[in-house]
Amino acid sequence: MGMTITEKILAKKSARSKVSPGENVWVNVDILMTHDVCGPGTIGIFKQEFGSDAKVWDKEKLVIIPDHYIFTKDEKCNRNIDILREFAKEQDLPYYYDVGSERYKGVCHVALAQEGHDRPGEVMFGTDSHTCTAGAFGEFATGIGNTEAAFIMGTGKLWVKIPETMKFIFEGNLPNYLMAKDLILQIIGDIGVDGATYRTMEFAGDGIYSLDIEERMTLCNMAIEAGGKNGIIQPDNITLEFVKSKTNKPFEVMHNDSDAKYHSVKTYKSNNLEPVVAKPHSPDNKALARELKEVKIDQAYIGSCTGGKLTDYKAAARILKDKKVSVKTFIIPATQEVYNDLKKISIEGKTLWDIFIDAGSEPIGEPNCAACLGGPVDTYGRMNDPGVCISTTNRNFIGRMGSKRAEVYLASPLTVAASAIKGKICDPREYLR
Amino acid sequence: MSDKISGKIFVVKDDIDTDQIIPAQYLNLLPTVPEERRKLGSYALIGLPDSYPQFIKEGKDESEYSIIIAGKNFGCGSSREHAPIALSAAGVILVIAESYSRIFFRNSVNAGLLFPYETPKRICDEMITGNNIEFNLDTKILINKTTGKSYNINPLGDAEIIIQCGGIFEYAKKYGTQ
Repeated sequence: MGMTITEKILAKKSARSKVSPGENVWVNVDILMTHDVCGPGTIGIFKQEFGSDAKVWDKEKLVIIPDHYIFTKDEKCNRNIDILREFAKEQDLPYYYDVGSERYKGVCHVALAQEGHDRPGEVMFGTDSHTCTAGAFGEFATGIGNTEAAFIMGTGKLWVKIPETMKFIFEGNLPNYLMAKDLILQIIGDIGVDGATYRTMEFAGDGIYSLDIEERMTLCNMAIEAGGKNGIIQPDNITLEFVKSKTNKPFEVMHNDSDAKYHSVKTYKSNNLEPVVAKPHSPDNKALARELKEVKIDQAYIGSCTGGKLTDYKAAARILKDKKVSVKTFIIPATQEVYNDLKKISIEGKTLWDIFIDAGSEPIGEPNCAACLGGPVDTYGRMNDPGVCISTTNRNFIGRMGSKRAEVYLASPLTVAASAIKGKICDPREYLR
Repeated sequence: MSDKISGKIFVVKDDIDTDQIIPAQYLNLLPTVPEERRKLGSYALIGLPDSYPQFIKEGKDESEYSIIIAGKNFGCGSSREHAPIALSAAGVILVIAESYSRIFFRNSVNAGLLFPYETPKRICDEMITGNNIEFNLDTKILINKTTGKSYNINPLGDAEIIIQCGGIFEYAKKYGTQ
């Protein structure tokens, strides 16, 4: 019996010829990523366990990206960044992207890709559940806690239970009103928020391979919202071209064996799908956008690792060009690169930046995680009061964006932009030319 | 560690996510600083919907409930270890749920914070907050002393030895990483 791409990567990194689902193996880690929310706690445990003058196992493999609580007056948040800065200096880390410097990036999962840290065939762990985003590059990537991260920091290893793989195939290119967010919200609605617990979610089919790398990241990003251990897409030329444009480091491309065994295979026809929305307070609370046209909204939000990439803003701008929003609309790019691109990329001679500002959006936000997860009370875009928000982010748990009495609907950038114009949840087909 | 755990239970239903266990605004607290760890404990489960009773009484740092009984997918969402830390700091030593999200489960095990046991069938609908229970770690039998009913609980499997060692560091010292 052959192996899936996930099994092959984990076999190679645990120096075995073969692994099977359910087995526990120790793997060698290629990249450990941490940020300002979990990094300081990880560093604390690392020092407790390995000594105050201990050195990390391999400074080339540790990436620290402050991104969560950056633009806040909260003293503890700022103290936490100081801890990262001090540690990076003490360990002489080449991949620390400091706040307030030219190296500052923004949201870690998008920055990892843009800085060439996402590479096919590798094993990445990160102290953030959306680390699974990097599976879009054909690597094994998953989220862990502080203790596990501290263990890796000192040893370069972690135990992993080999997951079974659930395969999701999309046949046919996506119609212009659908985005990766619709596909993943459809899947999560179908299998539930624990439908993939402890399993791999692999995405395949010509519908998937027609997507650009950022859209593939959106899909893999939300594998965790179905409980998945990792999301993954086999690399193709789009993947390889992107990775080679970002890094000179060597990597090994792996694929599924033709006789690999899957937990299940589910096939969708892209043309049969419609724009999907997840209603409060769960990502699997699925409805079609057109079924919710009576739901009034108070705020629209386009940002985060899953919904604040250049592709997301190009899509939103297609809808918002020459239109006006009727509710508060926040545009908070994931990274500095995306932020800069808003001023460079144009549709019919007008920059994305100008399209949003002329449509009446709030001032474009500085790149960071911002109100996706609420954060400190002075966070830009936070739902401090009860109200209804439609958002391109990945979670709509109760209280997620701030107030416990706020209601969050999740949707694609197209659907969020259309809803921002209408003031009610709106199927983007209404505004697409 | 004694072979029996007993105490008052706090009962929750399905999909209790880590934002409910410890909302993101408190993630500025650093768990390796004892005072801030206590503070994290004082906010445990503060994000639950208002339909639940208070887990921690006003002005207290710890909960009167040392055991949580839960439905499916307990601890879903974020990888924040602050979640099992907050529960542990609030005095929780045992969670018995129908199922867990994998990161919460791993964090509980690898940090040696609390026992995350699973039930073969749903029990959260048969118990109410405030019931007294006793759980035998050897026989895996749970007795609800308030109602007199008893339940079989699943063994922890591979994870048990890691918790018994006190977490991943102690486990690796004893058994290596091959």
